[in-house]
Amino acid sequence: MIISIASGKGGTGKTTVATNLALSLEKVQFIDCDVEEPNANIFFNAEIKEQEDVTVEIPKVDTEKCDYCGKCSEFCAYNALAVVPSKVLVFPELCHSCRGCGLVCPQNAISWKERPVGKIEHGVSNGVDFYHGLLNVGEIQAIPVIKALKKKIDKDKNVILDAPPGTSCPVIETVGCSDYCILVTEPTPFGLHDLKLAVDVVRHLGIPFGVIINRDGIGNKKVELYCQKEKIPVLMKILHSEEIARLYSDGIPFVNELTSWRDEFKKLFNQIAEEVKK
Amino acid sequence: MKIGITSTGENLDADVDQRFGRCKYFLIVDADSMEFEVLSNENAMASGGAGIQTAQTIAKTGVEAVVTGNVGPNAFQTLSAAGIKVFTGASGTIKESVEKYKKGELKETEAPNVGSHSGMRR
Repeated sequence: MIISIASGKGGTGKTTVATNLALSLEKVQFIDCDVEEPNANIFFNAEIKEQEDVTVEIPKVDTEKCDYCGKCSEFCAYNALAVVPSKVLVFPELCHSCRGCGLVCPQNAISWKERPVGKIEHGVSNGVDFYHGLLNVGEIQAIPVIKALKKKIDKDKNVILDAPPGTSCPVIETVGCSDYCILVTEPTPFGLHDLKLAVDVVRHLGIPFGVIINRDGIGNKKVELYCQKEKIPVLMKILHSEEIARLYSDGIPFVNELTSWRDEFKKLFNQIAEEVKK
Repeated sequence: MKIGITSTGENLDADVDQRFGRCKYFLIVDADSMEFEVLSNENAMASGGAGIQTAQTIAKTGVEAVVTGNVGPNAFQTLSAAGIKVFTGASGTIKESVEKYKKGELKETEAPNVGSHSGMRR
């Protein structure tokens, strides 16, 4: 089973929920898909044993064959190619690797070369098979790195995907392949606002989902009322407590110290497994 | 001699548009006769790569030089590849800018004078 953890709003506790859930289960693979700021390994401390570069393909123009007709540039929706008299310019950072320029080129002048955009790393910690992705600084496309991570999914394991915040492409790429999505929120107007956006996304994707309310006790009851009205299950509430906050600030997963939480997370997992079976 | 000037309007009394890739219009002006034609910039609302696209459009008009306020790195690279000279720092009306250009009062730029996406911030 693949469970994704998403939120809409940043800083609600996605990684906290994802890591504590992972450490409460057996046979777990954990994949941090927040490739712009992968920080789950602060909780796991997995020693990185393997690394792989992630590359994308960009066009390379054979100037012997090219007759500067400009069809590649006209085709490119991202303006990654410019054709001026006797020169073709490629702007690698704008290219989305669709290969369309190669298809429309009448001279067959376009071949491909690899361009590195990031890397993925692997390690094992406390029995958890851990992966994360790192997008190179200055790169704008997180998707190729997330796709490379998804190729590592081991379906025989309980897979947990820690999604980036927001509601755009990287979130959809992460959540889209999961059997169930946990949306983590906080009971504040900000949490509610962004939760609604995230709910729209997972509903659109047609993925079963439920909500975990983190820092329960602060703010107001509007998140719960919203969930009731929308018939969204509230899977768990994590009380706003100094103990949990202190462990978090030391980079310690709270199930390691407050061990009764492991049972809560196991129950949560079983509940989700039942729901997915339906 | 034809030059391309980024313009906020459709005549010689309009102001120079400070943006290159996302300028509203181009006035293609014959600097000797002051005859001109107007090009509406279809790339002004492009989601990305506006400078590149606009530079290609301008290259097709056969102008020798572009006069504008600011030019970013991708547009500059494309214009240079097309062998078009770039003059930045123009302001005031199109007419005034052509005069300044003719008198040699505008400086040819050797490098982009603003960063990527600066035309999006306006």
